[in-house]
Formats: sequence, C-alpha cells, structure tokens
Amino acid sequence: MPEYTWPAAEDRRLIGSRLSRVDGPVKVTGKARYAYDMNRRGMLWATMVQSPHAHARITAIDTAAAEATPGVVAVHRIQEVGAEIQWAHDEIVAIAAESEEAARDGAAAVRVEYEVLPHFVDERRVEDAPDAQAAQAETTGDPEAAMAGAASRSRGSYHAAQIAHCSLEAHGQVAEWQDEETVTVWASTQAISGVASQLGEAVGIPASNVQVETQYMGGGFGSKFSADRWGVVGVELARMTGRPVKLMLDRDQEVSVAGARPSTHSEVECGADADGRVVAWNSKSWGSGGPAGAGSPPIPYVFGFENQSHAHTSVPTNTGPARAWRAPNHPQACFVTMRALDDLAHAAGMDPLDFFLKNIDQTGERASVYADELEKAAELMGWRERFRPRGSTSGTVRSGLGLALHTWGGRGHRSNCEVLAYRDGLVEARIGSQDLGTGTRTIIGMVLAETFGLGIDQVKVTMGRSVLPASGASGGSTTVGGVSGSTRRAALNAVEAVFERIAPKLGTEPGNLSLRDGRLHFADGATAPMPWREAAARIGVNPVSATGANPGPGQLNDSGVGGVQMADVSVDLETGVVGINRLVAVQDCGLVLDLKTAESQVYGALIMGVTYALTEERVFDPVTGRMLNADMEFYKLAGIADVGEMIVHLMTGPGYDERGVIGLGEPPVIAPGAAIANAATNAAGVPINEMPMTPERVLAAIRAGGMA
Amino acid sequence: MRAFEYSSPKTAAEAVALLAAEGAAALAGGTDLLSLMKDGAAAPSRLVNLKGIADLAGAHRTEGGLRIGATTRLGALAEHRTVRESFPAVASAIDGIGSRQILSLRTVGGDLCHRPRCWYFRAGFGLVPMHEGRSLAKIGDNRYHAVFGNAGNAVFVNPSSLAPPLIALGASVTVLGPDGERAMPLEDLYRTPATGDESEFTLGPAEIVTAVTIPERDSRNATYEVRNRLGFDWPLATASVAVSGGAARVVLGQVAPIPWRSAPAAEALAGGLSEASAAAAGAAAAGEATALSGNGYKIRLAEVAVKRCALAAMEG
Repeated sequence: MPEYTWPAAEDRRLIGSRLSRVDGPVKVTGKARYAYDMNRRGMLWATMVQSPHAHARITAIDTAAAEATPGVVAVHRIQEVGAEIQWAHDEIVAIAAESEEAARDGAAAVRVEYEVLPHFVDERRVEDAPDAQAAQAETTGDPEAAMAGAASRSRGSYHAAQIAHCSLEAHGQVAEWQDEETVTVWASTQAISGVASQLGEAVGIPASNVQVETQYMGGGFGSKFSADRWGVVGVELARMTGRPVKLMLDRDQEVSVAGARPSTHSEVECGADADGRVVAWNSKSWGSGGPAGAGSPPIPYVFGFENQSHAHTSVPTNTGPARAWRAPNHPQACFVTMRALDDLAHAAGMDPLDFFLKNIDQTGERASVYADELEKAAELMGWRERFRPRGSTSGTVRSGLGLALHTWGGRGHRSNCEVLAYRDGLVEARIGSQDLGTGTRTIIGMVLAETFGLGIDQVKVTMGRSVLPASGASGGSTTVGGVSGSTRRAALNAVEAVFERIAPKLGTEPGNLSLRDGRLHFADGATAPMPWREAAARIGVNPVSATGANPGPGQLNDSGVGGVQMADVSVDLETGVVGINRLVAVQDCGLVLDLKTAESQVYGALIMGVTYALTEERVFDPVTGRMLNADMEFYKLAGIADVGEMIVHLMTGPGYDERGVIGLGEPPVIAPGAAIANAATNAAGVPINEMPMTPERVLAAIRAGGMA
Repeated sequence: MRAFEYSSPKTAAEAVALLAAEGAAALAGGTDLLSLMKDGAAAPSRLVNLKGIADLAGAHRTEGGLRIGATTRLGALAEHRTVRESFPAVASAIDGIGSRQILSLRTVGGDLCHRPRCWYFRAGFGLVPMHEGRSLAKIGDNRYHAVFGNAGNAVFVNPSSLAPPLIALGASVTVLGPDGERAMPLEDLYRTPATGDESEFTLGPAEIVTAVTIPERDSRNATYEVRNRLGFDWPLATASVAVSGGAARVVLGQVAPIPWRSAPAAEALAGGLSEASAAAAGAAAAGEATALSGNGYKIRLAEVAVKRCALAAMEG
C-alpha cells in the first residue's frame, strides 16, 4: 500500500507553485459553455410569473390568455389558488414557449388575483415584528459583575444590512429528456450529485437516471446547492412538452429570490481591566434573511471571554429567503465583535493592534497563529509607523487604519475519484465534483500530475457530471480538501497499479520503480530512466484504473484556520464618501496547492467585502414590500475604482504545510467589512456602525458624533 | 414584448413626420429607451432611429457658439477641442459617467432627454407614483429622490449629466417639430409634472431635440459630483458653476425633478470666486432645499457639491 502523504517540500514540482487556471483560456475566449450557453435543438424558453405582493393569498389564476398567446407551448401552475405568498417575486406560474419573447408575452397574459395581506419588511424595527423569535441568552460566568468591575467600558449598536448573492450567472438550467425515464440537466449548480438526487425524487425517476452537468459556473457563493423549485419546473416542462427547456432566472429574480445573507443588528457592551484585558462581554443581536428569520451569529466572534453573554432574536420578514452566503453568519459576527472591540480599545486608550495582541490568548488554540499573522499584516500595512489614535488627524478627507480577525473550519468533504492511466500516456482523473470558478479543475489536475511526475498539460480532468464518482457539494470551503484528498489517494493507488502492471514486462519489481520529471526511474540504476510514454506503452489495451476517497488513510487535510485583515481607508467628512486605499489580507490554510488560484480566491473575497462594507444592500419598499433595487443599477457592487490596492499574504512553510490542505473559500470574505468599518471609524474620529457605509449613513454618524 | 415598427430616416423632417404616429418614440443611442422597454416602462409602437440623420451628428463652431448635434456621442463630445479647452464643466460631467460603453453610445440629445431613474418609475408605478392618494415616493423609500422642487407629488430627480453644465454655460436648445424649428434656453426644456399624465419635458408631440448651442464667452466653469461608488454609478448630487464677467450661474443635478438652477448660490458668487464666496454659495443653495423622509443627507451633499464646484472653477 502506498504511503498517503503529500510530497516533501523539496520533492514538489507543481504543488505550491503559481499555476494559471487550466480553463482560463476557454473562459476568456468565450468557448467555455455555462448552463446559460446551452442551446439544444428544438429548445423552448421558460419564464415564470411572479407575485407583485410581499404577502398575499392567491384567490384566482386564469391562464387561458397565456395558453392562447402565439408561441406559448406549455403553461404550468407552480402554486394554486389558496396558497399564501410570503415574499414578492415568488413564482406562481411557469410558461414555456418557442422564444424568450413569446414566453414573456405568455407570462404577461396570466391573470392572478390576490388578497393582499399585511407585510413586514423592516426587521430593524424588531419591536413591530409580528412573530420575532427570541432565544435564551447564552451566558458564561457573570458578565454583569465583571462589567461593574471593568476599568474601561464601551457600548455600541452595530448594524449590517441584508445583501443578496447576486450571482453573475443567474440560477437555472436546461433540461432535456432522452426517453421517458432519463433526463439530462445542464444546471448552474454547486452540487451536481445532490441536485441529481433531488430532481429524480421530485419527478419520480431513479436518481441514476438524472444526469446533471456543470462544467463551468458563474458564481454561487452558497446559493446554488438545491435543485430548486425552478429546477423541478424546468424538468417538468421538458417532460410535458417533449422538448428541451431552458429556464434561467431574470436579474430581478436572481437578486430578490435566489438567496440572501441575513442582516444583523446588535447592541453590545464590553469592558476591559486596567491592563486592557477584555473581562466582560454582553450583547444582543437580531436580524432577518426572509420568512425564516436569521440564525444566531457566533458573537463574540473568534474570542471567548470568561464572562460573556449573548442573546439573539430571529425576525421573519416578507422578503426573499436567505441561503448559505459564503461563510454563513461569520461576516456579521465578525463585524459586530471587531467593531465593539475596536471601540473598547479606544475607550482603554490603546492602539487596537496592541489591544488585540494583549488579548490574543483569549482566541484559544490558534492564538500563536493570530499573533504571527497580526505581526505580518502590521508589517505589510506599515501599521506601527502609520497608526494614529482615533480623532487625532485633521483635514476634510482623513485616512485611518482598522483590523479584524476571522476563523473558519474548511475540512475536506466526502469525495471519490477514479484515476485511469492509458497506454498512450494519458492520465485521467474522473471525479463528480464541479468547478465554481475557484480553480477546482486546476488543482485536481495539479495533484494528479504531481503524483505521476508529469506536467499539468499531460493529464486530463473529467468532472462536472453527476454520473462520475460522487463528490460533495462545493461549499463551506470543503472542496479543495475533499477533491485533493481523493485525487491524491487515487493517483497514488494508480501509480502503484501501473508499476505492478509494467514491472514484469520490464523484468523488474514494482518496488524498484518511481515516477518523476516525466520519466520512469529505476532505483537500482540497472536501467536508464525511461520516458513516461514509453513506460505507459506497456500498460496494454486495458487502462489501469484505481480509486481513492476522502476521508481516507493518511493525513492529507485538516480543519481550522485563522486570518487577519487590515484596511487603510479615507473618509470625506463633508460628503461621507469612504474610499479604500489599501487592504491587507494575511491567511493560513495549511498546505497551499496552487498559490495563484489561492491568492485569487482572497482577492475576490476582498472585493466582495468592500461591496458589503460600502455599497451593497437589499432595499425593500415600506409601502409595497417589494424590493426596490432588484437590478444591478441600485444594487451596487463595487467596481475596480472602488477596491484600492490589495495585498495578499498566505502563511506557508513549516508549521502550516504539514497540516495538509484546508479550504480557503470562506475565510477571507469574513473580515473585510469589520476591518474597513474600524478603519473608517479611526479616520472619521467617530464610530461608524452601519454597513453599507453609504454617504447617508456616514454623514449621520459624523453628525451624531458632533463632528459636523 | 410589444412588436414595433422600425424606421431609419435620413432627414430630421422625415423623422418628425414618422414620430407623428401614436406611440412612436425616437431612438438614438438606446441606453435609456431600451432599458425602459425591457423594464416594461415603455412600449413604443414605432422606433424612429435618429442616428442615420447626418445633420444631427457632430459639433462645430458657429457664430452663436459651439453647436452640438443631438446625436453626437458623449465620448466624442468630451474629446472635442473646444469642450476640453473652454468648457471643463462639460468634459468633467462626461468623465463622471465612468462607463466606456455608455460614452460610446449615449448621445447628447439622449442624455438631455434621459428619463428619470426613480425606482418606482422603472418598476411600473408611473412617473408620479401615487398610493392611496399620496405620493408613493414620499411615503416610501426616497433616499435618492429630490430635495429641491419637491413640494408637489413629483419627486424623481432629473438624471441628465449634461444639462447642469450646459445650463450653467447658458446653452440654448433647438427643437424641431411639425410646426417647424424653435430655439429656447435649455432650462426651458424641463418642467415638473403635476401628475403622471404630464411629461417632464416641454417638447410638443413629435418634437425632437436637434442641437444645443453653447455661447463661446470666457468663463470659469466646472462640474463637481458626489457618488457612492467611485466607478460607474449615478451621482447623489452634482453642481455646475460658470462665472463670466460679473455674472454667475449655478445648476445642480440629481437633486430635483428638473436641473436645478440656484439663484441664491449664483448671487453669492456674483462678486467673484473665493473660498468665502464658494462656502456662501453652497449654504445659499442648501437654503432652498427641503428634505423628504429619507434624503436629508442629499441637502448636505448639494451644499458641498456647490462649494467644491466653485472652488474647482476658481482653480481652473
């Protein structure tokens, strides 16, 4: 049995290098075909009638005019008379037609009548919420007594708005039945295997008869795990009509019904002793991400104090439902906690960097990593030279620094991989995973090539189809650990199987053989190294096949990372405009496979964080309950001009590499909002406690702080 | 989608004749009209393309000043030598748009006739949306709505990038209709409708903008805008200032149903540009503003925009 480990640092050829993503060229040339790009012969276009009301009961549905609309082929009722609608844009009727225009005409011809019911969309007014659910406070120690004894105290209310996933490629799929029992679905999904099972169950055929395919995907961020109602509707419409059906959400639907990160509102009081040690924490939070309210963010975040208490209230609203949003609950918890601790540092008269270092042991087992990361980030930011206490700078446009800490798990998910070695020298990995654009295809190829001693262009990765060996959904930073583990084990097993197959033909023992630099090496030196293709020719017509799984033998991956981010921002005290000058992200994630795609993950996360901090929010109309900015005009995502300079540093080498691979998708997206808000507070000289930090809110904070 | 006729006349007179049909709409760059059609906020029966009309394109110097044809693209206008040298207020307003795609398509006439971006209007509630007898925008979310000229039910903001600097520079607009051509001060193109049945423009049926003319006289002029996103985004408030001889004009954008000409601010600058007069102009402009339920911050932004714009004009 092979030894299931990663190659030692000196033996790595590809791992740890900067490899460009293998599918970059097909993406930038437009050859990559996303679900949206699938156009099948005879295909119909589908669209859905949506509720204009945030809370209503359907009293009548008349589809006669839609059925008579030229080009309309099928009309499918998603909801029936009597159904209670809980959010605007909810789907009522689906139309399949010969063209996109005809489908829209058909949808416009559907008449739905509603009994409009009272709606509630402003969870900030928790006292007015019709059915807020308050949970029992979770308390450790005696925070009241500890607070009373604290040398310095700070109080604050911190608010982060509800945001949408706003995937560039909307949710949806193209469905085509092969026969009465078999269907192929090209879906924009983070979970091909799971979606196949869900669809099979929903339409009454075996899961094995549903092939879900996702080669490329335009963003999901946690919102694309499910088959979804529109997935089932699309497959049903294709069955009803006997023709392929494309059903992709429109932008307004994408932003209003296809996922949200819940808001968090909070009130915090915390206290420190005379040395600047945090001794007491008392907080409450509430928030909403739709009809199911919002889960409790882990507050206080990263830190655990001897005396602390937190209570959360979940507030259901008549807004499109929340879905897992890259690091669910963490960005909100990070914002509340780090803003409050920054305020406490100020109350204690300390530089936040010193204050966090002073308390770093209260983060628990990763304290020394955080301490190292704080020092590294401070060096990259020039913190020690540049930090000025809050309110001690002058001028109309003032700059300031802020920092925040975050944490995540990221253990590899269940994954299976088959590796095939052919006699023409091709080596192939087959794996039922999907590449969300994060570089999954690239790192599977990298692990395979590394194990066979080949170049990345000498291996093939076959993925993105649910008939391949099952692999987990891509979410929660679990993919890289999962697929690298299964691929490494399968590849090691395949190498061993190749040696067993060809050794007799070479008149040697398998144990005498090894692969590196594209050649077969003989340990006894009796034979000169042989090019891989020449060696592979001895495999024979039947390829060598071997499998590997995660979890499995050997320590190939781990869980638990920390990160530090720092922000340098400018605040215009007259306009309230916040501008990013520089962001520094320092992150550990165990063994880094591809440095380039890993750093790209962090860059992308920082940009998302800037958007969360400065511009992005779902705006609901108090009068109609509808989302007012279900578009990309007033649903504002940051552009290049907004993001400033970004510096990314991954902690690697001894102390990190031996832990094995750990996921990186979520961690870097957690802290930017908190770090930017702390920097804006430091710059403005007054607490800036609401995200997004629009001119409106920043000016209000400046006015409240007596600065205007 | 409502089917429509498409025609592409070669002369402005033909265009006017084609526009006489019920439901006809003029199409230039399409950056506004096509999005209105996609949103269902417009459903024209006929589109009359103006881009094939040679007389409407391009800018050239005339006795009366710089005459800019209605279908001149904004990107091209910003590169025009006279604009760069004499009218920084215009060049800066175009730069502020921040999208190469928009600059390549949007025309001067299209910008001047750009319909409001009010989210109630775009969602199909009408130009002056009402709810149970009250202005929907006034009782709803009006963070981006008007802080000037908002006493009535119309509280959308005029979104034109060019109107504030052009009005500040004393530009006139030429329009052509069934009754022939007429010219008027550009500010007279705009009005505040009392109800959603009225237009926010003074154009008559089948009338089109054919040109604007900026008188060429020495002036210190500038435009300043405040935006949330530093890239492609609608400004929250803009100000354009032109000072020539002893006279000043101050026009604000994105803050009123019309490009808002502030007489008190102009008066404050009439004695000359200085830090003190700039601050006084900002305060004077703000003095005319009234906040709705959720847009008080825009008064402050308008004040700062006027002040900074005057300072920019002073610094040249």
